[in-house]
Amino acid sequence: MIEINEVSKIFTGRGAPFTALDNVSVTIRENEFFTLLGPSGCGKTTLLRVIAGFIDPTKGTVTLDGQDLVSLPPYKRPVNTVFQSYALFPHMTVAQNIAFGLEMLDKPRAEVKKTVDEMLALVRMTEMADRKTSEISGGQQQRVALARALAPRPKVLLLDEPLSALDFKLRKDMQLELKRLQSETGITFVFVTHDQEEALTMSDRIAVMNAGKIRQIGGPRDIYDHPAERFVADFIGDTNFLDVELLSIAGEQATVRLPSGAEAQVRAPGEGVAPGPVTLAVRPEHASLSGGAGAVLPGTLANVVYFGTDTHYHVDLDGGGRFVLRQQNQPDQAQTRTVGDRVEVTLAPGVGQVLRD
Amino acid sequence: MSDAATKRATRSRWLLLAPALAVLVFAASGPLLIVLIYSFLTPGDYGGVEWNLSWDAWFSVIMEQDFFTDEIGFADAHLSIFWRSIKLSLMTALLTFIFGFPTAYFIATRPKEKRDIWMLLIIIPFWTNLLIRTFAIMELIRAEGTVNSALLALGIIDEPIQMLFTEFAILLGMAYVYLPLMVLPIYASLERFDFTLVEAGYDLYATRWRVLRKVIFPLAKPGVIAGSILVFVPSLGAYVTPRVLGGGKQLMLGNLIELQFGAGRNWPLGAALSLTLLAIVMVALILYVRAAGNEEVRHG
Repeated sequence: MIEINEVSKIFTGRGAPFTALDNVSVTIRENEFFTLLGPSGCGKTTLLRVIAGFIDPTKGTVTLDGQDLVSLPPYKRPVNTVFQSYALFPHMTVAQNIAFGLEMLDKPRAEVKKTVDEMLALVRMTEMADRKTSEISGGQQQRVALARALAPRPKVLLLDEPLSALDFKLRKDMQLELKRLQSETGITFVFVTHDQEEALTMSDRIAVMNAGKIRQIGGPRDIYDHPAERFVADFIGDTNFLDVELLSIAGEQATVRLPSGAEAQVRAPGEGVAPGPVTLAVRPEHASLSGGAGAVLPGTLANVVYFGTDTHYHVDLDGGGRFVLRQQNQPDQAQTRTVGDRVEVTLAPGVGQVLRD
Repeated sequence: MSDAATKRATRSRWLLLAPALAVLVFAASGPLLIVLIYSFLTPGDYGGVEWNLSWDAWFSVIMEQDFFTDEIGFADAHLSIFWRSIKLSLMTALLTFIFGFPTAYFIATRPKEKRDIWMLLIIIPFWTNLLIRTFAIMELIRAEGTVNSALLALGIIDEPIQMLFTEFAILLGMAYVYLPLMVLPIYASLERFDFTLVEAGYDLYATRWRVLRKVIFPLAKPGVIAGSILVFVPSLGAYVTPRVLGGGKQLMLGNLIELQFGAGRNWPLGAALSLTLLAIVMVALILYVRAAGNEEVRHG
């Protein structure tokens, strides 16, 4: 378990001081696939490097299973990193790279050999053991970097955007591979990415970061279905934002008045919102055009875009604003609606999330 | 292609090669050939050579015939000069490495815009006349020089230390003069060095010292090898530095050769000594490159 407590990092160069981390607190549980998600410059990599020991926090504490990490140099922390550029040692073979950490820990030679063989098998690189790192492909380098970091059996594996250099197909494969490695080794993974899809598919929990702060922590479904703030809703997935009036709130259930005047039953964060004007976030695939129970937003169909798996409907709402819906396609489905049709966007009870700001 | 076109292509190829060939023949092979021929002739009375075929010069490179007893023995004077040259050149390479590596590392780890300034500071002395720099060293270490005066004034020593005209003086002078030749190639290999690898080393439980030994040094090795060669080779043939700082007492090969073409009036011996120097350099390079690992040199 990693406990990060009120950690701040302020970089002071010749320019203005830059706050990379602003009073960040988070607890990462044992055996968890934990993702730090955010745009570039949000502080996610800085936080990772604080855990690794490459950056000293300006203030705050970091502990691993109760043991203070900040006072330890990187080479004394039971934590290993998979670097964005992989940082494989170019003067060593694949096997020598994987053995490096074990050798630095002065493990007996037989044990090193055994672990290296296991690691090679784990990442399916046994045949490549004696290749130079320059003689293998990007995906293979990625797997060697993983094996090298896993070989010393760290308590925590830190991954700094490790998939960003791979092409689309390979990235999909490696996402599954990473998930497999995490469950097979039972090591806590802390994964940094700016790719929301990567975060949603792999993580047990996600911390969404922006401007040095953690904006929301939760499971992928939580984060996607119930974003707490506009930044989170905007950064992850596509969202419609509606200006609504919050009428009443009870726990996480709320009633709002839509611009159309209809009252809708929606979700709200447990705290931080009060009756009055608020923003409502609605995912394009959560709303419906085919009626049913719920609050209604009438409008005119402005555009229909076919995407293969689904169709996007752009609706100009009466009273201003545009709403985008997304509906799953069925085989040989006839296109019944055309541009200019009058339509009703329906929000079923529980669809829509009130945002904190 | 027709015959005429082939001929034209051949001719223009030779034309393009001409400058390189001219340099090779007139500037490199030619003089060397003359030196080789001279080494098998006999000395003229007032310098120059007599055109008589003779092994005498080569013989006297390492052997000598006693003037009075006609006994044949090793030319101790020559051998001790060979030994001193090799020893001082090796020590110069070692000394420049000890000071040059941290210097190059320091510069390579500065922010990009500041590196050029540091490099300039390393290179500036190189633009100054060698003789002037050597006399500056002389001024520093002579009996009434800066170092001795300071030490005397501080009461650390009671009488000046004899530093000038010793092997130490030559070593100091050569290390100072050739330091940039060590720093530059090491810097070149460290400049391309990916310092994430250092972090990867720390991350994988390597202490600072082990990161230096296992990660930084192996990757800087091509630069170290190049630097050692660049320092060792001119050190072995150094003339000005041992002449000034050795004061004619501590001869090195360069001085010995000069002596044969000058006061000694034994051009064939000078020629034979020159070729011996060349042979020593080549043997040393082959041994060194073998020991340092062929691969790095080829790739570097």
